[in-house]
Amino acid sequence: MQETKPTITIKGTRDGLILFIDENSSFEEILQDLIKKLDASTPQKEEPVVSVKVKLGHRYLTEEQRHQLKEIIEDKNRFQIEAMESDVIPIKDAKTWLDESQLKVVNQIVRSGQVLETKGDLLLIGDVNPGGRVRASGNIYIMGNLLGIAHAGIEGDQEAFIAASYMKPAQLRIAEYISRAPDYEADGVYMECGIIDPDQNKIVIDSIKTLSKQRKVISAFERRMNNG
Amino acid sequence: MGEAIVITSGKGGVGKTTTSANIGTSLALMDKKVCLIDTDIGLRNLDVIMGLENRIIYDIVDVIQGRCKLQQALIKDKRFDYLSLLPAAQTSDKSAVTTEGMKEIVSELKQEYDYIIIDCPAGIEQGFQNAIAGADRAIVVTTPENSSVRDADRIIGLIEKEDMIEPPRLIINRIRNHMMKNGDMLDIDDIVQLLAIDLIGIVADDEEMIKASNKGEPISLSPNFKSSISYRNIARRILGETVPLQSLEEEKGFMQKIKAFFKI
Repeated sequence: MQETKPTITIKGTRDGLILFIDENSSFEEILQDLIKKLDASTPQKEEPVVSVKVKLGHRYLTEEQRHQLKEIIEDKNRFQIEAMESDVIPIKDAKTWLDESQLKVVNQIVRSGQVLETKGDLLLIGDVNPGGRVRASGNIYIMGNLLGIAHAGIEGDQEAFIAASYMKPAQLRIAEYISRAPDYEADGVYMECGIIDPDQNKIVIDSIKTLSKQRKVISAFERRMNNG
Repeated sequence: MGEAIVITSGKGGVGKTTTSANIGTSLALMDKKVCLIDTDIGLRNLDVIMGLENRIIYDIVDVIQGRCKLQQALIKDKRFDYLSLLPAAQTSDKSAVTTEGMKEIVSELKQEYDYIIIDCPAGIEQGFQNAIAGADRAIVVTTPENSSVRDADRIIGLIEKEDMIEPPRLIINRIRNHMMKNGDMLDIDDIVQLLAIDLIGIVADDEEMIKASNKGEPISLSPNFKSSISYRNIARRILGETVPLQSLEEEKGFMQKIKAFFKI
């Protein structure tokens, strides 16, 4: 077979190596070429660990194939894979992403004993009464009174926050953080939001105005795109 | 074709049974044919408050289990012909009644009566499910206390899931005006705002009510008391009339009136 284009191109940058893998070659071919290429250079013992970025182009690798590739690259060499980037994702993944990142608008009163749970961000038009509970994997926005429990970032997103027109919650939860209402009788606050303050390592309640400084990217979708 | 209204609250002891008895009596006073159903199987009370305990021969469980006909179990009130009671069983428990059985009874009664008032047991279990099964609309009773309002909220959430014709309406019972004024009791406005349903009536806490209940005479029979007027107003609102909420101000005594007169 005549080779017109190399299946693997290696580029050195300041941060490490970038492996471009041709998207038109078969996977078997790539593995063989990769082994050949890597065998050509046996590393010295004192050589530092080099980080490698693999660019897959328009190729989709299954979990197993990714694993195979990783093993070959990291096996004999002092290489460490930093990232495997592909320009494509399966439709199923895209759909769950979309599902998890869309803003769900719900118009109801969440009454005592009721639980409202959504994927992605939640915009609730209505109150959360005492004993009621709202949960979302993204942010929670409440146009109404928050008197019950709100849990944002239920899948562990610490960037998530909770904003409400009127806030007098029994508890605020963000990711694995929990804060509760004080034991003394206190008035609620208007137009405020609960957010994790990394300095104090707890949930703090602050005016919505300060939110723009602390959270540049509000939507869960954009966060997801940035973080992969 | 009549209408079935369930009186419920979630929490016990807020005055469901008293409310059922008095709304039923008030409606009957307005020449409506009314049937009261007690669904609190095992802990029946409605017959006691109505003063009809000694007339019970058959009960709702007998009807459902086919030991008697519905007509045989109905008790005519001793004061008016327009009011009947279907008593609960005292010996069985709540599982003796099914939602299907309830629906059947209610739809049969609807042929004959204008209003069927269903007195619901406390709690959200089978008894509650049975009571709301045949109802067209619901009235939720609460008192101005946090725990009772919390349970009312829970019940409203459950009722909203049922396919009733109308959203539930609210009665705030046992209001003590001076405590509400001092802020020691929840405010009517606060309760209505939290529960977000229409208010159909407010009833003051009244010692006369306890007396009346113990005598087996619903207070709404005697027009001299504030709480009796409250229930009559609620009945009128059920019939679709627009009646303003009554003031809960204490009646001033004769001397106080004179004092107030001279101050002006």
